[in-house]
Amino acid sequence: MNDIETVKALKGGEFLIRETAADSVFIPEEWNEEQQMIAETCVNFLAQHVKPNLNRIDEQEEGLMSHLMDEAGALGLLGVSVPEEYGGFGKDFKTSMLVTEKLGAGNSFSVAFSAHSGIGTLPILYYGNDAQKQKYIPKLASGELKGAYCLTEPSSGSDANSGKARARLSEDGTHYLITGQKMWITNAGFADVFTVFAKIDDDENLSAFIVEKDFEGITLNAEEHKMGIKGSSTRQVFFNDCKVPVENLLSDRQNGFKIAVNILNIGRMKLGGGTVGASKEVISQAVHYANEREQFGRAISKYGAIKYKLAQQAILTYASESAVYRASQNMEEATEMLVASGLDETNAKLKGTEQFAIEAAIIKVHSSETLDYVVDEGVQIYGGMGYSAEAPMDRAYRDSRINRIFEGTNEINRMLTVDMMLKRALKGDLDLMGPAQKVAGELMSIPDFGAAEEGNLFGKEKKYIANFKKAILMVAGGAVQKLMAQLGKEQEVLMNLADMLIELYVSESLQLRVEKLVSMRGEDSCKEQLDIMRVYINDAAEKIAKAGKEALNYFAEGDEKKMMLMGLKRYTKTEDINSTQARRNIAAKLIAENKYCF
Amino acid sequence: MKILVCISQVPDTSTKVVLKDNSTTIENAGVSYIINPYDEWYALIRAIELKESGIASDVDLVTVGKANTEPVIRKALALGGDKAIRIDAESTDPYLTAVYIAEYAKSMDYDLILCGKESIDYNNGSVGSMLAELLDMDYIGFATEIKIEGNTAVVKREIEGGEETDSCKFPLVISCQKGVAEARIANMRGIMAARTRPLTVITPTVDDALTSILSYELPPAKAGVRLIDPADMDELVELLHAEAKVI
Ligand SMILES: Cc1cc2nc3c(=O)[nH]c(=O)nc-3n(C[C@H](O)[C@H](O)[C@H](O)COP(=O)(O)OP(=O)(O)OC[C@H]3O[C@@H](n4cnc5c(N)ncnc54)[C@H](O)[C@@H]3O)c2cc1C
Repeated sequence: MNDIETVKALKGGEFLIRETAADSVFIPEEWNEEQQMIAETCVNFLAQHVKPNLNRIDEQEEGLMSHLMDEAGALGLLGVSVPEEYGGFGKDFKTSMLVTEKLGAGNSFSVAFSAHSGIGTLPILYYGNDAQKQKYIPKLASGELKGAYCLTEPSSGSDANSGKARARLSEDGTHYLITGQKMWITNAGFADVFTVFAKIDDDENLSAFIVEKDFEGITLNAEEHKMGIKGSSTRQVFFNDCKVPVENLLSDRQNGFKIAVNILNIGRMKLGGGTVGASKEVISQAVHYANEREQFGRAISKYGAIKYKLAQQAILTYASESAVYRASQNMEEATEMLVASGLDETNAKLKGTEQFAIEAAIIKVHSSETLDYVVDEGVQIYGGMGYSAEAPMDRAYRDSRINRIFEGTNEINRMLTVDMMLKRALKGDLDLMGPAQKVAGELMSIPDFGAAEEGNLFGKEKKYIANFKKAILMVAGGAVQKLMAQLGKEQEVLMNLADMLIELYVSESLQLRVEKLVSMRGEDSCKEQLDIMRVYINDAAEKIAKAGKEALNYFAEGDEKKMMLMGLKRYTKTEDINSTQARRNIAAKLIAENKYCF
Repeated sequence: MKILVCISQVPDTSTKVVLKDNSTTIENAGVSYIINPYDEWYALIRAIELKESGIASDVDLVTVGKANTEPVIRKALALGGDKAIRIDAESTDPYLTAVYIAEYAKSMDYDLILCGKESIDYNNGSVGSMLAELLDMDYIGFATEIKIEGNTAVVKREIEGGEETDSCKFPLVISCQKGVAEARIANMRGIMAARTRPLTVITPTVDDALTSILSYELPPAKAGVRLIDPADMDELVELLHAEAKVI
C-alpha cells in the first residue's frame, strides 16, 4: 500500500497513518546480558523474599512491606532508571520496564514497588528543582524514604482536576497550609514523602507539593479492606492545615494537573509491563498445574479445551508485551531526539512521554484486560483448586482486578485514546484528514482485490494491518463528520473507536515483533510465534469489524451507511486460517516446556 | 590473603536434558546455564565475605570453559570478585580440569582456593582434591563452615553421624557445601561493575584427559503417583505389600 509511507521514527499516534519498519522496533528477545542479569535479580528477589511471604504480606504484618522495600532498595531495584547523579543507576526506560515486568509477578509487593518508584518518585525527579531532587531523590532511590502520591479524593476520582483540597500561604509567607482529604493512597501506611495535589486559593488548576510525613497536620485513616492486593497499604490521608514550606511547591503554581497527567502516562505504560509479568507467572502456574492434574486418566493439559485456554493466555500476553516494549523504545527514542535538538534531559523526557500518551493508554487497557483474561482462565484450569485460597489462582484473580481501575479507569483511557488522536489531528500535529479522505475516495472506486505480496512471510498480515488502518480512518472520519462536536458525548462510539485502535496497535506491534524475530532466528525457530501472530490478527480483524459495525449502525444512514459497511467488510477481511491447529501448536510448546516460554 | 574461587557453568536445574549424536552429546540449544550452586552460594560468597571483612585482599575467579561460559562468569563477577580467568577448554574430564587450573594457579601464590563440593552436572566431586595434589597444597573436603584465624583456616565438615573441626595452615584448597555461606542476590551495583572487571582468557598448553565420555543415558521415566484415600489404610498396606513389595 503506497499511500502509507514508511518512516524511520514514528511520532506518537502516527501508527494510524504510517507503516513501521520491523527492524526499527525493540523486541524483548533483544535483552542484553546485563539486562538479563537485572531481570534475574528481580526473579531471585521475588523467589527469596516475596513468594514465601505472600500470606504474611496480605495480612499486612507490621513492618513487613516496608522491610521488603528496604531489601529491594539495597539491591538497587528502586533506583534503576534514576540518574546516577541522584544515587540511581541511570538505566534506560526499557530496563526499568523490564524490572517492573519481572517484579509484576509479586502481587501486592509489585503494587507497593510500582507506586514508590513510579508515582512516588517521578514527580520529584521530573518536576523538582535541583535542591528538591538533591534532598529527596537519592533517599527515594535507596529506599530510605518511601513515596506515595495523593491525587484522588472522595469526590474526585476520574475527574482528577476537581479536587477540593486547598492550599493557602501562611501569613508570614514561609509555608503553605494544606487542608483536604485524599483517598485510596497506595503506600500511605509507611510512606515518608507524599506528592500532594491541591489548588492554591481559588486557582482553576491544581498545584503539587512535596509533603513529608512529619510535617504537622497529617493523619491517616485505617487500612481499607480490599478485594485484592490486600498486602498493599491503601489509606485515606487527611491534611489539616498541614504546614508545607514554600520551597516544597513542586514546579510552578497551577502546574499540578499537568504533572499528574504526565506521571500517569508513564504509570500506564509501566502498568503494562507489570501486568505482562503477572500474566506470564500465572500462565506458568496454569501450565504446570494442567500437566500435573489428571482426570479421566490423563493430564488435563492433554484436553483440547484446556489447550485452548493455555494458548489464548499466551497469545494475548505475547501480543501485549510486544506493544509494551515497542512503545517503551519509541518513547526513549523520542526523548533522545529532543535532547539532540537541544532540550534539557528532564523536559525531553516529559515531552517524549507525552508524545506516546496515546500508546500508553492503549497499553494500559490491553494489558490489564489481558491479565484479567489470564487469571480468569487460570482459575478455570485449576478447577476447584482455583477457588481455594491454598492455591495461587485465588490471589492472582483478586489482585488482577485493580489494574482496570487505577491509573485512570479503562473507560477513561479508552476515551483518552480517541480524544488525544482527534485533538492532535485538529491541532495539525497528526494528518488524519489526508489519509481519511483517501480512504473515502477508495470507497467510491473499484475495490482493490489485489493479493498480498507473494513470497513475503508477512505479506498477508501486513496487508490486513494496512486495511485495519483504513477501516479506522473510515469509521472515525465518518463519526467526526456526522457527529461533529457531539462526538465527545457519544461515548459508545468513542469506545468502539478505541477498541479498534487498540486492536490495530497491538496487532501491528505483534506483527513487527515476529518479523524481527524471524529475521534474527530464522523461520523454523519461530513457528509458535508465527502462530501467535496469525491467530491474534485474525481475531483482531473480527473485533475491529464488530466495533466498526456498531459505530456505523449508530451514526451512519442510507447509502452512505451501506457503502461504509461494505468498506468495513473489505478492510477487515482475512483469509481463513486453522486457528484450532495453531492454538494446539502453541499449547504443545507451553506444555512441553511446562512454563510460559515465548 | 589471596583467594581463588573455581567456578563452573552448569545447566539450570529445571533443564530438560536432550541427548543427540547417538547419545554422545547433550543438546545445547534451549539450555540456560547457571553458576554451579555449590561454587556460587558457598565458595564464592564465602570468599566475598572474607574480602568484605578485610581478611582477603584479592578474590579471583577461574573457570575452565569455552567462550559460551562467559555470561556465567560475568554473573559471578556481578556477585563479587576482582577479576576472572577463563581457561579456554572443555571441562568434561575432572583431572584435566584440575590440571588446567593448577597450571594457571601454580605461579600465582594463592593462599586459599575454594571450590564447590561438586558440580551439579557431572557430579564428579574430585577437582578440588586433585587440584590440591597437583599444587602440593593441603585439602579439606565438604566444608560446612570456614573461619580464618591468622594464617590458619578452621574448618568444620560433616562426617557420618556428626561433625568434625579441622585446622590447617595456608596454602590450602577447600571444597564447600551448604552452611559455608548464605546465597546472595546480585545487586545493581555489582551487575554494572561486572562489565568493567577484567576477564582474561588463557589457552592451556597441555591436553591429556584421563577419561572420555562414551555415551549418556537418561534416567527411566518417573512412574506416576497413586493417591490413596487416607481412610483406606487396608488398600495402602495391600499395595505396599503386593505391588511395591516394600513391606
Ligand atoms: C487500591 C487502589 C489504589 C489506589 N491508589 C491511588 C494512589 O496511590 N493515589 C491516588 O491518587 N489514587 C489512587 N487510587 C485511586 C484511583 O486512581 C481511582 O479510584 C480511579 O481513578 C477511579 O476513580 P473513582 O474511584 O473515583 O471512580 P469514579 O471516577 O467514580 O468512576 C466510577 C465509574 O465511572 C466511570 N466514569 C467516571 N467518569 C466517567 C466519564 N466521564 N465517562 C464515562 N465513564 C466515567 C469510571 O470509568 C468507572 O467505571 C487508587 C485506587 C484503588 C482502588
